[in-house]
Parts: sequence; C-alpha cells; structure tokens
Amino acid sequence: MNRLFTWGSAARIIALLIVSALIVIPLLATVLGGFKTSGELRVAPFGLPQVWRTEFYGEIFADPFFWRYLWNSLVISLVTVGLTLILGSMAAYAFAQVRFFGSQFLFSYLLLGLMFPFAAAIMPLFLIVRDFGLLDTPWGVILPQVGFGLAFSIMFFRTFFSQLPAELFEAARVDGCSYVGFYFRFTLPLSTPILATIAVFIFVQSWNNYLLPLIMLNDRSGYTWTLGAMDYRGEYTADWNRTLAFVSATLAPAVIFFLAAQKYIVAGLTGGAVKE
Amino acid sequence: MAVNDGIAQAPRRSAWRYVPVSDRTRMLLIFLPPAVLVFSIFVILPMVQAGFFAPYKWSGYGPAPWAMNEATGNPFGQWVGARNFDRMAGHSAFQAAATNTAMVVGVSLLIQLPLALAMALLIYRKSYANTVFRLIFFVPYILAEVATGLIWSFVLDGNYGLSRYASDLMGLGKALFPLAEKPWAFYSILGVIVWKYFGFHMMIYIAGLQSIPRELLESARIDGAKPLQRVIYIKLPLLWPAITVSVFYAVLGGLQVFDLVMPMTAGGPSNSSHTLVSYLYIFGFIRLDVGYGSAVGVFLFCVGVIFAFAYRNTVQREGRP
Repeated sequence: MNRLFTWGSAARIIALLIVSALIVIPLLATVLGGFKTSGELRVAPFGLPQVWRTEFYGEIFADPFFWRYLWNSLVISLVTVGLTLILGSMAAYAFAQVRFFGSQFLFSYLLLGLMFPFAAAIMPLFLIVRDFGLLDTPWGVILPQVGFGLAFSIMFFRTFFSQLPAELFEAARVDGCSYVGFYFRFTLPLSTPILATIAVFIFVQSWNNYLLPLIMLNDRSGYTWTLGAMDYRGEYTADWNRTLAFVSATLAPAVIFFLAAQKYIVAGLTGGAVKE
Repeated sequence: MAVNDGIAQAPRRSAWRYVPVSDRTRMLLIFLPPAVLVFSIFVILPMVQAGFFAPYKWSGYGPAPWAMNEATGNPFGQWVGARNFDRMAGHSAFQAAATNTAMVVGVSLLIQLPLALAMALLIYRKSYANTVFRLIFFVPYILAEVATGLIWSFVLDGNYGLSRYASDLMGLGKALFPLAEKPWAFYSILGVIVWKYFGFHMMIYIAGLQSIPRELLESARIDGAKPLQRVIYIKLPLLWPAITVSVFYAVLGGLQVFDLVMPMTAGGPSNSSHTLVSYLYIFGFIRLDVGYGSAVGVFLFCVGVIFAFAYRNTVQREGRP
C-alpha cells in the first residue's frame, strides 16, 4: 500500500512538472529573449543570454508611445469598471429589492447578454459608434464594453444582494430610510467582496481586449497596448527580440495585478460554479 | 456619518418632491433606465440591425442601406436578398472557418476539459505546493490573447524558437514553420487555446472539488472504495454542476476565438486558419461589406443562441437538484 502510494505520487509530480514546464518555458524565453540580440535568439532561443543587453527594453521604456498605450488601456479599463459597477449594481438592486410589473421579463432581457456571441454584431456596432461620433475616442470602446459586461455583473450582483438579510431592509424602512438611501448606506458597503470580484474580471477583460479597440480606434495616439503590441510586431518583423521585450514589458503589470487580485479572481470562479 | 448623509440627501429629496410617485417607483425610475439603455443600444440594437442589414450589399456609407441618397436618387445600399448567405455557404474560406470553429469547440470539450479535470484532481487539496501549481496553471488565462499569440508565434517560428530547436534535434534538414503550413497552422492555434484556457476550467473544478464534504470521501475510503472509484462514483457526480458551467463557457468562448488568430496566423496560409470571428473581421469589416459581415454575424448569433437555449433547457435544467 505504501509503495503504491509512492509510485502514484511520483507520477503525479512528474505530470505536474511537465505541464508547468510547458507553461513556464515559453514565458521565460519571452522575458529572456528581450535581453538577446536577434542573432543570439536564432541560435539559442531558450537559454540564458550570453550578455544581458538592456538596450531593447531601454528603447521601449524610452518610447513615449509605449507609456501612451498603457495609459490609454488604463483609462479605458478603469472607466469601464466604474461604469459597469455603478449601472450593474443599481439595476441588480432594483431586481433584488422590488418585484414590479415586468421585472422577470426585464431581468431575462438583460441576461440575454450572457448567451450572446458578442462579436456577431460587430459591424452594426461599429456603425452605431460612428453615428454617435465616438470613433477614435475612448468612449467608443468603453460603452460597448459596459453593455457587454452588464449581463454578467447584474446576475452576480442580484444573487449577492438578495442574500443580504431582509430584516435589515425592514428595520431601515421603519426608520424612514428610502429605497435609494438603503442602496447607498447598506447595500453597497455590505457588498464590497462581490464588487471587487466583478471589478477584477471586468478590468482584466478590458485590459486584454483587442477586437473592440481594433475596430474603434484608428489614431495611433489613442491605441491601447494590445494594438500597440501588434503594431510593434508589424514594424520589427525581423527582430523578434524587440517584440519579445515589448510583450514582456506588458506582462509585468498583468502578473503583478494578478497576484494582487488573486483572491477575488478565485472567489469569482467559485461563485459562478456554486451559483448554477 | 448619519449627519453627513442627511445633508447629502437633502437636495435630492427636494428635487423629487414634486414628482407624484412612491419612493419605490422613484428608485426604479432612477436605477433601471441607465443599464437598460446602455445594454439596449450597444448590445441588442446592433444584433437586431445585423438581421436587417444582412440582405443588403452596403459599404456602410449613409445612415442605412434602405435610406435614399439625395445626391444620386438611389438608396445607399442594394437589396440582394439571400445572396450574402449563398455566397457565405459557397466560400471555401467560410467553410474552413466554420470547420475550424467546430474544431475549437471539439478540442475544448474533448481535450481541454479532461485535462483541466485531471489537473484539478491532482492539486485540489490545500497545500503549499498545490497553491504554487495552481498559480502557474492559471497564469496563461490572465495573459492577454494578443501577448499569448505573439509569444507562441515566436516559439513556433522556424527561424527562432522551439520549432527550430526541435527540428535540429530530430536532424531534419530544414526547419519547421508550423504556422505557415496548412493543417498545422490551425492545429497550433488549437494547442495554444488548450494551453491558455485549461487553467480557467481547472479553477472552476477545484472550487467544486473543495466543496465536497470530506466525511463523504472519508467514509467511502473506509468502506473500501479505491481512488479511481472515489473519482468516478463520488467526485464526478458531485462535480456535475461545475462541469455544466465550464462546458457552457467553453462552447460560447470557443465560438468567439479571434484575438489569438490575428497574431499567430491572421487567418493564413491561404485563409485556412480562420475562425468565424476572424473571417467576419477580414471579409466583412476590412472589406467594408456591412451586409456580408452582418450575414456572417447572424449565422454566428444563431449558432450561439441555439446552443445556449438548448443547453440551458436540457443539460442545466436536469443538473439542478
């Protein structure tokens, strides 16, 4: 029995290490590749660099456009998160607190957004944004993102809000608290865990988004970093080391953010699985 | 705090005093319209419009394909009926895109989810080492698709990356360029999809496995259930709700793969590695063919919605206790 267990755990560790290697090695090669010359990269793509060259990273960090891209992505993501949380939590509060005529219908209508391959409507969406005069503005990306994030967040918020103790609401009503007042004074402060979880998911989605910025943004000064990375790749087709340096420079914020927000990401996945 | 709130509330109350509605209705009138409006304009309206634009040939110039252009005396667009759909069905690149998308869904369900489940079973118990593995496996999911695509197109570049390394090791005369050769370009994308998303599904399963009561597994063990039996008869059935959720995400996500395709192959070689969305982008958006792009969109919409409704009304309904 004991020996069997050992064999089993050895196989388990080997399997885990192989999968980990498949994930870590490409990432490591990317970060290290930015320190190599193009010639060295051809010969030894996966080893440590012979000489640590910092000029490719240096060039990127000195490029004002790089910072511009990151800034644009940050602004778009933060505004998307803010708007989605406000609009989503208000609507979810209405659904959780009040049963009004048509509420079930309206709720199902909003949930349609969950079963929707959003890319399907990309052409008319482009025209709508154009007709609003929002092309080449951050709003052209933000508003559609908010629209698509609403269904997801309303579903999670409503579940959470309706689990808050009903006695609290009744007591506040007796003391003369209005519906709107209760939302600001009790519902929001009590809901920080779910707000944070949804915020993290919406943020990551927006930060990584490529299709919407690609369609809505044409002017290079308004590019998000995903567009910038593709642009950079097109500009230096023969120099993988530069593209790798660029990608690595954008990986850092993502990984740091992930480590900081890990708790909420896991909470969100758990919530989704338990809810259904 | 209460005092502050009182001050902040005062002007809002006075503004609403003259509106003859109850406090409840007032809340609904303030809270619902913004979300419904944004959702309707940017999600529902474009999808409905796609349905109306699909039977036209239209470059997107002017307010609508059926509107009159005063300058020429003709409508902006040209009614072509079902021709956009005929063209789609007959286009080899579209057939390839549809097949590829079906393959994404197939690989997601048959390779990615079992892999995710296997990894979840290996590391769902709480320990320090397991936490580290969990983090590593989840990192690809956090990476942007564009970054992932660029990294892998480097790894698979026959002049630089792993591909050159491997072909040298195998003693091949010339390096392999998997992204430039016909079946391999899309197989590579499929591999990267598994690489990128299995961690997401694994996390869903881990959450499910951790919620299984420990006493249940313990008593099964005491009754003599082997590890494999415990997986098949206890863990999998109790994991069923989590599995139905992850299948839903895998299918709906698989239908929409785009960001990975662009940096890796951009649909090439000779339009063999498109997905439905990248096909829509290249043949609808880039060519400014609104009607055709809408027709492809309608097709994608129907596939997604039919699946979603069928799934919710069969599998997910049965799964509920």
